[in-house]
Amino acid sequence: MSTVAETSAAATTDARKAGDWLLVATALLLCIWVLLPIYLLIINALSSPQDVTGFPKRFFPSFDLGSLAFFINFAGVARALWNSVLVATLTMILSIGFGAPAGYALSRFDFPGKGVFRFLVLMTRAFPLPLLALPLAVMFIRTGLDDTALGLALVHTTLALPFAVLITFSLFSGIPVELEEAAWTLGCTRWQAFRKVILPLALPGIAASAVFAFTISWNEVFAAAVLTIENRTLTAFLLQSLGESPLYLKFAGGAALVVPALIFIFAVRKYLFAMWGIANR
Amino acid sequence: MNGKALPYLLLMPATLFLCIFFLYPFVLVAFEAVTRDGVFTLDNFRTMAASWKFPATVRNTLLLAAIVVPIQLAMALLMASVVSRLETGRSAALYIFAIPLGISDLAAGLIWLAIFDQSGFLNTLLSGLGIVDRPIMFLGYQSKLTIFIAVVLAEIWRATAIMMVILVAGMGLIPKEYYEAAEVFGAGPWKRFMRITLPLLRPSLQTAIILRVILAFEVFAVVAALGGTNLPVLMGETYNWQFTLQDRNVAAASALLILAMSIGFTLFFLRVLRVPKEARI
Repeated sequence: MSTVAETSAAATTDARKAGDWLLVATALLLCIWVLLPIYLLIINALSSPQDVTGFPKRFFPSFDLGSLAFFINFAGVARALWNSVLVATLTMILSIGFGAPAGYALSRFDFPGKGVFRFLVLMTRAFPLPLLALPLAVMFIRTGLDDTALGLALVHTTLALPFAVLITFSLFSGIPVELEEAAWTLGCTRWQAFRKVILPLALPGIAASAVFAFTISWNEVFAAAVLTIENRTLTAFLLQSLGESPLYLKFAGGAALVVPALIFIFAVRKYLFAMWGIANR
Repeated sequence: MNGKALPYLLLMPATLFLCIFFLYPFVLVAFEAVTRDGVFTLDNFRTMAASWKFPATVRNTLLLAAIVVPIQLAMALLMASVVSRLETGRSAALYIFAIPLGISDLAAGLIWLAIFDQSGFLNTLLSGLGIVDRPIMFLGYQSKLTIFIAVVLAEIWRATAIMMVILVAGMGLIPKEYYEAAEVFGAGPWKRFMRITLPLLRPSLQTAIILRVILAFEVFAVVAALGGTNLPVLMGETYNWQFTLQDRNVAAASALLILAMSIGFTLFFLRVLRVPKEARI
């Protein structure tokens, strides 16, 4: 009797072990699927132009900075990099500046029209927003915003603002309103209570959503390509030179796009899931 | 300050911004699509549909979405299940799976170009294994099928993360007790997944599918990087009408078509995957 129980127990542990193995193997395989292509791009970016256009390829980088040097010195690249940073920074400031107060209002007040505003924010999700760059191109020519960093940043803000609103909404909702009320009873004004009690607690999360807004703008291609001519961002520059640029320029450019994005995502990894989980309710 | 007015004051910047840069351009693009020189006409749509590329454009876009989205859904479910059952290395796996979330579609296209290019890594592997004698031209104008496959792979690689993150957040909301109860009654892992996870995940599945389908209709830079003009898609043609052919009105008509498709599919999935109010957790 007891032997039967033991063998069946052993069988379940065996099955469990096999299951664990399968789980770990699947996880590893999926990690390789994600990381390998990035590694291959990095090999190309860190190899000399001759290696990049040569065949067969080696599966290790030769750590030659020729491709990257060619990329940086290529006419227009430095300026495109600068424009990308500028537009992304403006987008970050605009989306947090407009989004955080709205997120705070949604988390702290009940008022008529709250539902309408939430609907407006959620509605932006059902639209391919970069397309709105087309009509805006005309509007920008009339207002002198065409081909400027600010004009493009305004379009990128429509992409980033809904996230900023929903993320800050969830952030402020996570901070007990009692803390604020305690500050009021101790004589703080509403603004002082916010600045001295709430803001320090919310700051890391706000910084994370700012980084997120930066990344959205940094990566955006379509609107950037439509709205900029002289002041092209890096994505617009790379897209428009796809036809004529040599391979090593493309790969070095790709790496220049990917590496900062990797750092940004790493910086906000703690908030990534909270953001998306709540941003989609 | 009047307490009643405060929430509205806080919401005002974001609301005004969305009205000017989201609702207004939307009206504008619809207006531009159905007029030419201020006169109402459907000629823009006729011009768009009469282009010899148009049928292929629509077909490619829909086919890409139809192939990519189901595969991504399955992979995202697999990733989310793996992550939720992993005991060690959970956060590392999560971060790695989420990396493509931060990568631009243009960069993703360039990453897969490094693999599929004639002097790329796939050809190196194939010739190293002795499968081919000479490097194959995967992305030439005569190899539409391999371009299509490359785009499918790049899209799956790039945009599965967004679904995975939404599903992980959704799985976190399912009460553990349900699984424990099911285990007590002898339900195996597969049955638990089919009977508990999938039904209770419906709201997250809905969001993930809608978001992904809309993004699939917006596919642009990946195709531009891998196929150039050999694989026309709707967003790319819109860009062409605006930029190369300099016809704003037809570009607007094309944009309106993408918008209409996005809204149509959003409504479709909202209805098909409807979650009754009582069934929410």
